[in-house]
Amino acid sequence: MVRLRVTVTVNGTAHEHDVEPRLLLVHYLRDVVGLTGTNVGCDTSSCGACTVLVDGESVKSCTMLAVQADGTVVTTIEDLARDGALHPMQQAFHEHHGLQCGFCTPGMVMAAVSLVDENETLDEQAVREGLEGNLCRCTGYHNIVKAVLAGAVAMKRRPRPWPSPTPRRRG
Amino acid sequence: MAVTDAPAARVIGTRLLRKEDPALLTGEARFTDDLQIPGALRMAVLRSPFAHARIRGIDTSVAAGMPGVVAVFTGADLRDLWAAPMPCAWPVTEDMKNPEHYPLAIDTVCYAGDGVAVVLARTDVEARDALDAIDVDYEPLPAVVDLEDALSDRVLVHDALGTNTSYVWELHTDAEAVERAFAEAVHTVQERYVQQRLIPMAMEPRACAAVPQPFGGDLTLYSATQIPHILKVMTAVTLGLPEHQLRVVAPAVGGGFGSKLDVYAEELLCVALARKLGVPVRWVEERTENAQATIQGRGQIQEIELAADADGRVTAVRVRLLADMGAYLQLVTPGIPLLGAFLYSGVYDVPAYSFTCTSVFTTLTPTDAYRGAGRPEATYAIERAMDALAARVGLDPTELRMRNFITADRFPYTAPTGLVYDSGNYEGALVRAKELAGYGELRAEQARRRAQGGTRHLGIGVSSYFEMCGLAPSRVLASLNYSAGGWESATVRILPTNKVQVVTGASPHGQGHETSWAMIVAERLGVSPDDVDVLHSDTALSPLGLDTYGSRSLVVGGVAIDMALDKVVEKARAIAAHQLECAEDDLELDAGTFRVKGSPDKELALAAIAFAAFTAHDLPDGMEPNLEAHVTYDPPNFSWPFGTHICVVEVDEETGQVDVLRYVAVDDCGNQVNPMIVEGQVHGGIIQGLAQALFEEAVYDEDGNLRTSTMAEYLVPAASDVPALVTDSTVTPSPTNALGVKGIGEAGTIGSTPAVINAVVDALSHLGVTDVPMPASPLRVWSAIQAARHAGGSQ
Ligand code: FES
Ligand code: FES
Repeated sequence: MVRLRVTVTVNGTAHEHDVEPRLLLVHYLRDVVGLTGTNVGCDTSSCGACTVLVDGESVKSCTMLAVQADGTVVTTIEDLARDGALHPMQQAFHEHHGLQCGFCTPGMVMAAVSLVDENETLDEQAVREGLEGNLCRCTGYHNIVKAVLAGAVAMKRRPRPWPSPTPRRRG
Repeated sequence: MAVTDAPAARVIGTRLLRKEDPALLTGEARFTDDLQIPGALRMAVLRSPFAHARIRGIDTSVAAGMPGVVAVFTGADLRDLWAAPMPCAWPVTEDMKNPEHYPLAIDTVCYAGDGVAVVLARTDVEARDALDAIDVDYEPLPAVVDLEDALSDRVLVHDALGTNTSYVWELHTDAEAVERAFAEAVHTVQERYVQQRLIPMAMEPRACAAVPQPFGGDLTLYSATQIPHILKVMTAVTLGLPEHQLRVVAPAVGGGFGSKLDVYAEELLCVALARKLGVPVRWVEERTENAQATIQGRGQIQEIELAADADGRVTAVRVRLLADMGAYLQLVTPGIPLLGAFLYSGVYDVPAYSFTCTSVFTTLTPTDAYRGAGRPEATYAIERAMDALAARVGLDPTELRMRNFITADRFPYTAPTGLVYDSGNYEGALVRAKELAGYGELRAEQARRRAQGGTRHLGIGVSSYFEMCGLAPSRVLASLNYSAGGWESATVRILPTNKVQVVTGASPHGQGHETSWAMIVAERLGVSPDDVDVLHSDTALSPLGLDTYGSRSLVVGGVAIDMALDKVVEKARAIAAHQLECAEDDLELDAGTFRVKGSPDKELALAAIAFAAFTAHDLPDGMEPNLEAHVTYDPPNFSWPFGTHICVVEVDEETGQVDVLRYVAVDDCGNQVNPMIVEGQVHGGIIQGLAQALFEEAVYDEDGNLRTSTMAEYLVPAASDVPALVTDSTVTPSPTNALGVKGIGEAGTIGSTPAVINAVVDALSHLGVTDVPMPASPLRVWSAIQAARHAGGSQ
């Protein structure tokens, strides 16, 4: 079977592997790199549980092949907390009870971080619309929306070293 | 640090942040499919594309030779592995029909998604590739998708049963009184409601892994289950295994809502095949499989009649229910409608009541418990019917409810069904909800809009609910023929360093038990919640338990912990009295320290007692060392949380679009251990119930094919589809347990569905609309408006 070489920087570490061309990025991250924080919730790119940042932009990692991620910088949920402290967005989810079972949470938090990165200002409606692609079955979204708004404020207040996904563009 | 450093302030009732969160927020938590299991084979299941077909033959030879494939088995190949068919633990009547059901179909498939063969391969992808190469020769049979059609027995789902009716179950308080009430009634209403089938769609798909020990016969089953304890017993029975050699672990579980309260074919297959081959076997469900082969919820046709006097006081309720079992009876399938049977008279003082349920098989995915399980369905019927009655009598719906409530001074209240409602203040919750919603102004605004004659109509929907919660007393469950108890077990162990271990039989999947249980312990022992470790969801750590469903965890499992704490404290008190040389009665425990009343300097901290109990150097004569207590608690009654929800919608007459403008919920679950967690449960529940009202439906075509088998087709709401919520609570403690708690997990779902549909119908009532079927999609709403116009025009 054909295998192709990919080089991907995941959470700051370079990885080089030969993979099947049909391997999805999410399965590459989970099964090859061994980072299982990114979850798989559907097979139609509908749930957002698999959301990661690729070159700083949020991507459903089930919509991308591992080979398409060749040469990119990927950030997963495992990279947000640093030195035993939660990222401001993670902290906001914690403080506002923005999670219950926690299965949607890694994807939700990654989507939220990128939403805040991409928008100067956010209000409730913008958060609801911005998270349209991320489904949660437990929380009814009420506390997630509160958490994202609070996380946005906290991220502005403490811009670095927090959200680390620096490269905004490829190449 | 020592207990004396712990704050003396109360812990119970505070909004303590969850202990569970950090692991979940950082991706560190392990869900079943995250487990690293070296050498595990991947299992994939071939599922029937037909709703009903005879299997003439299966050719697995090509698949068996494919790359990575280790083995392929059909139902016939594995028949000898099962000591008993798949379990159904709720034979509600003696003569209930229950078709034999094995993890893989052998001769006939009875729903689209029924498993017919399995592949074991090195990787998931190889296993799934091989499924395509299995050749099954099917002889299609007619499908039965309509409940009333199923009842006619025109086509049988299971030939051997000779009928599609599984059972008929009745509950009559006094049949004559019901007849008399209807004969004498001034007002009657007769309504028919359809509870569409719902797909629970927990975000984490089902997953399991069976890991055999190479020697000694022990086996561990990891599963994304709500019920590790029940699963262990049932797996042992179904496979004829020694139960003590089986360990079941539920790692982090990504939601269940009842759908992971079951014993599934895939769990049994993983165990059986891991034993057969002597290697670990694991499986994870795809979303389409989740839609087809995980149980579905609801699926009922309800006929409800109310009799009332001239003032609108309800004198009798009569219910006829037709319930869809699907193709087979799963773990508690037949019991679900019975759970609702006790709630159709609602929060009202109804003297006479009768209920009949007929349950039928169809060639569709089996149904079973889904958030609320029978109780949302019942509440929907009575709360919709109460609105219909209010319209008939000409009363505001809240006024009609006030007239009929069981008033606060009547508790404990013995219902005509024989059950005792522990406590309640239904008026209080309604009054508060009206206040928060601005009910008076809303009605005025509605009148204004109607007078102006626009096309965007305002609707205000009310629903007052209660819940038979806790799934409790074993004696009562026995009277319903349920084959398990309603108890829960708990152990509290104060370690020599004064850290505390709690072992619980409840098995959480997002409800925050670790935090709530730690809070109960912290409050009683004066330790920090961080010093409490809660062990759960692993039958090796917690061998006895009945798991988590039916909002039973706090009201049964949490109370068990409180009782175990009583025992531990009692023992600590005896040690303290011994060492301080005083009478036990002279001691009071305050913030983790025993003090001799009246002698403030004579005291002994629990930390010191814990260490003394461990060293056992100086204990009262005959006392066993260590501070540990175990309790199994069988509650004396169900608990009955309640509340009122008010939903405000705007309905566009031209498009049928429903926008929820405001949603207010006032719930009463008795005392709250952690109000933050309570609110979270309420929020999630409301949106799940609102989703039944407006979005969700498992749609089957006439051949029994599921048309909504992906998240792209099945409308799980997103953040942008739902409103912000206004929640509040009243507090009416339960008198049946020392914590005064009731349970809250299903309340939101029970209260919300009727509130939303009542609002939609209310918005359009002046146009002659009296009902809108669920889910109230724009097309359905628009059609209801057209139908009402047409009916109005032809009069
Ligand atoms: S798993 Fe990627 S969107 Fe659902
Ligand atoms: S927290 Fe359970 S799905 Fe979002």
